[in-house]
Amino acid sequence: MIRIENLTKTFGRNTVVDNLSFNVERGEVLGFLGPNGAGKSTTMRMITGFLPPTFGRVSVGGHYVVSEPLAAKRLIGYLPESAASYGDMTVNGFLSFVAELRGISGDARRRAVNRVVDLCFLENVLYQSIDTLSKGYRHRTCLAQALIHDPEVLIMDEPTDGLDPNQKHEVRNLIREMGKTKAVIFSTHILEEVDAACTRAIIIDRGRIVANGTPGELKAMSEAAGAVTLAARGVDAALVANKLGELPDVARCEAIPAAGPDAVRAYPRDKTAAPLLARAVIEMAERENWRIEQLRTEEGQLDEVFRKLTLPDTVKK
Amino acid sequence: MNPQSLANIWAIAKRETVSYFGSPVAYVFLVIFLLLTGFFTFTVGNFFERGEASLASFFTWHPWLYLVLVPAVGMRLWSEERRSGTIELLLTMPVNAWEAIFGKFLASWFFLAIGLALTFPVVLTVNWLGDPDNGQIFTGYLGSFFLAGAYLSIAGLTSALTRNQVVAFILAVVVCLFLILAGFNPVTDMLTRWANPAVIETVAAFSVMTHFDGFQKGVIDSRDLLFFLSVTGFALFATALVIRNRRS
Repeated sequence: MIRIENLTKTFGRNTVVDNLSFNVERGEVLGFLGPNGAGKSTTMRMITGFLPPTFGRVSVGGHYVVSEPLAAKRLIGYLPESAASYGDMTVNGFLSFVAELRGISGDARRRAVNRVVDLCFLENVLYQSIDTLSKGYRHRTCLAQALIHDPEVLIMDEPTDGLDPNQKHEVRNLIREMGKTKAVIFSTHILEEVDAACTRAIIIDRGRIVANGTPGELKAMSEAAGAVTLAARGVDAALVANKLGELPDVARCEAIPAAGPDAVRAYPRDKTAAPLLARAVIEMAERENWRIEQLRTEEGQLDEVFRKLTLPDTVKK
Repeated sequence: MNPQSLANIWAIAKRETVSYFGSPVAYVFLVIFLLLTGFFTFTVGNFFERGEASLASFFTWHPWLYLVLVPAVGMRLWSEERRSGTIELLLTMPVNAWEAIFGKFLASWFFLAIGLALTFPVVLTVNWLGDPDNGQIFTGYLGSFFLAGAYLSIAGLTSALTRNQVVAFILAVVVCLFLILAGFNPVTDMLTRWANPAVIETVAAFSVMTHFDGFQKGVIDSRDLLFFLSVTGFALFATALVIRNRRS
């Protein structure tokens, strides 16, 4: 649905987006991650046809954005970063205006407005001017605008920014729901959202893709992924660590005070052998008569992966 | 022009017009415009003392009044979109940039036309007092309308250059002032001392004054019409270039 080939954007001498290539198909929700200034918004602006690329191209539903902008833009619903809207208009007026520009007229326009008003919970503020609304409502008004023509492609720049936890939850559900039938790209800094809503995530740093995979695959890149954490009541953590360290599959062990006073984490030599590691740890515990309070195989932490991939080299350990 | 283009222009012009009347700018503009035209016509322009049934003392002031008032109407056209970020929304809709530019221009031109139309009492007055040449008055209004359009397109252009409305306003005033002064008699008289007449002719040909005067004499000269339309067209075209090249 969305094809991005060698997309590059430079501002003066500054390369903001550097040779990005990826595809997003219908039924996918792509999370776009990266630190501030990584080029997320610039990439989205090029996909939606607001900024022309310096090099490379984007096609949406088979239409190149640069050569057939109108055909491509018709397929796209876009929520810009600022969630801007015309402050002097009422919510109803604004949504009708957008529907008009989208070529929806007459009765269909009324139905389209009603549909997005329901989806984004805007009934209460329909006739208020947008300037007088709280940030959450303004944000949802702009989201409603992006959905009004039931687009096949949805591009959202930080859709949950500035929302309260309940609204965030609603918006994530909405994104997941939309993702079943559309191609969705959204950017975020909030890593939980990747788990909550994405089928795939891309991490970009300084304009380049540094990771591309399902949330599970990304988490598996974390150092802790596949490690086994064990807490045994009344047994000294140092002793447990020593014993576990004797296992052939264990590379090293350390106490993890954050997970509990007695918690010890054993890192595998080989990440693919993680299930075997858990069994070996359990057998060891049985032999030593430890009373297991807690035992789990770590999935890995997205934030750790994110930090590892996006910290400047000088800061990396 | 296809129907969708027309629909887009209509939608954008409608939104812009409603937004004018939703803000105090519209009413402040209309009141000040009417007060000032009245003041200049009757007091400074010596409408009564002239003893002639014409609106010459009314129209003479329009290039000067518009110099300040039209940039005030046009300055927000694009800088406001840029400042609030709605330009990103507008230009990612399935709308051509020229449709947006034209729609916005038409809306604000229509607004200026309303201001101009509200000066009708002066026409009634002159008709009541005497027997003026209403054809001349009509062409006077036409000239004034085209002059407003030319200034407005320039204000729209400077507005597209910056997100700061004050900067847009000042730039527009300076450009419009140049267009007045190029053919303003005190300035051309000064130039005769050291420039040859051909140069002065050329410079004066760029002036709105020369072309505006034609309309005041009751003549619709195709050259005058062409001048105003080409200034307007050029400024709108330049606006499109600016918007294409300065998006973020």
